[in-house]
Order: sequence, then C-alpha cells, then structure tokens
Amino acid sequence: MTARHDAVRAGLGVGIAVGVSGLAFGAAAVTAGLSVAQACALSLFAFTGASQFALAGVVAGGGALVPGVAGALLLGARNGLYGLRLATLLPARFRALTAHGVIDETSAVAFAHPGEARAGFYTTFASLYVTWNVGTLLAAVGASRVADPTVFGLDAVGPATFLALLWPRLKESAEDRKVAVAGVVIALAATPFLPAGIPVLLAAAGALVVLVK
Amino acid sequence: MNLWWAVIATCLGCYLLKYAGLAAPRKVLDHPAVKRFATIVPVALLAALIAVQSFGQGFDGPRTAGLAAAVIALLLRAPFLLVLVVAAVVTGLLRITGM
Repeated sequence: MTARHDAVRAGLGVGIAVGVSGLAFGAAAVTAGLSVAQACALSLFAFTGASQFALAGVVAGGGALVPGVAGALLLGARNGLYGLRLATLLPARFRALTAHGVIDETSAVAFAHPGEARAGFYTTFASLYVTWNVGTLLAAVGASRVADPTVFGLDAVGPATFLALLWPRLKESAEDRKVAVAGVVIALAATPFLPAGIPVLLAAAGALVVLVK
Repeated sequence: MNLWWAVIATCLGCYLLKYAGLAAPRKVLDHPAVKRFATIVPVALLAALIAVQSFGQGFDGPRTAGLAAAVIALLLRAPFLLVLVVAAVVTGLLRITGM
C-alpha cells in the first residue's frame, strides 16, 4: 500500500467516524433552541465542532450571547496555530477554500502523513464536511434519534482518533513525547479554573518549553 | 443580541481564525523559531485535546476503558480504523452492560 492510499484511507475513516458526531451536534443545537437553519449554518460555515457545541451550550443555558460567541471563538483559535504549519504543506492557490477546512481532524491527518499531507488534508476535509453537514441536517430535522453520542461509545472516538494519529510521532520522537506530556499536564491542570478552549491553547506553551531549551 | 447575529459572528470569526494561520507572511513562516514552533505545536495541542476530551468533564469509566483498549490496539499495531472501532465498541458495551 502506498503512503497516499494510507493518507486517503485515514481521511475517509476520520470523516465517517467523527462525522457521525454531526448527528449529535444537530440534535444538541435544536434542543438548545437553535432553528434547523441556524444549526445547518453553523455546520456549513463555522465548521469547527468544539466552537459549535460551545455556542449551542450557551444558547441552551440561556446565557448571554456575546460572551457565548467569544467562548466559541476561543475554542476556534487553535485552528490558527495549525495553519502556521499547514501553510507550508498545502498549496497557496486555494487558500480561501483551504482555510475553511483547517480544524483538528484535517490537521491531525495531514501531520500524521508527512509527504502526503495534501492528500490527507483534503480527503479528511471533503469526507468530514459531507458527513458533518448531512448529520447535522438529519438530526436537526428529527430524522435521527442519536441525540446522545455516549450511547454508542462515540465520545471515545474523538480522543481515540487523535491518539491514533499522534501515535507514530510519539513512538519515534522523545522530544514529541515530552511536548505531549507537557500539553496534557498543562491542559488538565488548567481545565477546572479556565473557560473551555483556553486550557488547550495554554498547552501550546508546552511546545515553547521544548523550544527554549 | 439576536440569535442569528450570534451564529453569523461565530461563523465569521471561526473562518478568520482558520485563515489567519494559513495567511501568515512567508517571512514569518520561514523564520527558524516559528518553523520549529509550528512543527511541534500540533503535538501539544492534539495531546491536550485528547486529555480534555477524555477527562475534561470528569472521569468516566467506560470512556477511559475504551481509550485504554485503543492504546492496547495501537501497541499491537492495529490499523487506524480498527483502533477507532475498538474504542467505540469497548466504551459502548461497558455502558450498555452498566459496568
């Protein structure tokens, strides 16, 4: 099997496995009080799961919308950091379109397949975009009853996906292992005290620790 | 604030954040320190994400077991998709059986 096949297969797999969570988002959004159109607009145009769930959560809790949007954007900020690396791996020609696909999953697949980053990124982007949006629509109009992703163990699929994609780098590089451990410790230590999104951003400081040495 | 405005602001803001990294000037991206940071920062972010998604909302037995099973599958060199299936099946089964 070629490296490209590997990247494409991983992209399709992530698209299907994680895309199912689109069902969970659609259900959460309309339960929170968003309209079907609003739920679909978020999946089509925000297309970054953590931010979307955060906004739906604020709406559900009747919270103020301005801080709600700010919280969603905090969760989206890490996508900008992925972009710094992806900028040198992906073609600049379709940058405006490519940018829309810069999220955790597409970045993780791209970084896990050095040499075939393009194939990995665009396959994941395309497959996840389709499944995420179809899932959102189906659940929002009530065609699906998968309101609770925990029933099928789908809540374990997200972290397992990122773990599997990170695995080869962790196995190969002691430096990457150090950075990963620092990231985990920082994020978990900060989680009880800081709003969602900030702990993961703070973990980026774990990378700085290795850099200054 | 009308709900539609919140949706539009989120969509616009999220897109701009994604765009910002990709559109960083070439001179900045080629700086050795930035290059090194950009190469290594996804490891920190993704590792943190794994931790927060797994334990951010408290310890959950079945989910933790599912992840442990995923680690074992990875150690046994299971293919990527099988690792995901193992995590979901172990977590789901433990939950259904109420363990």
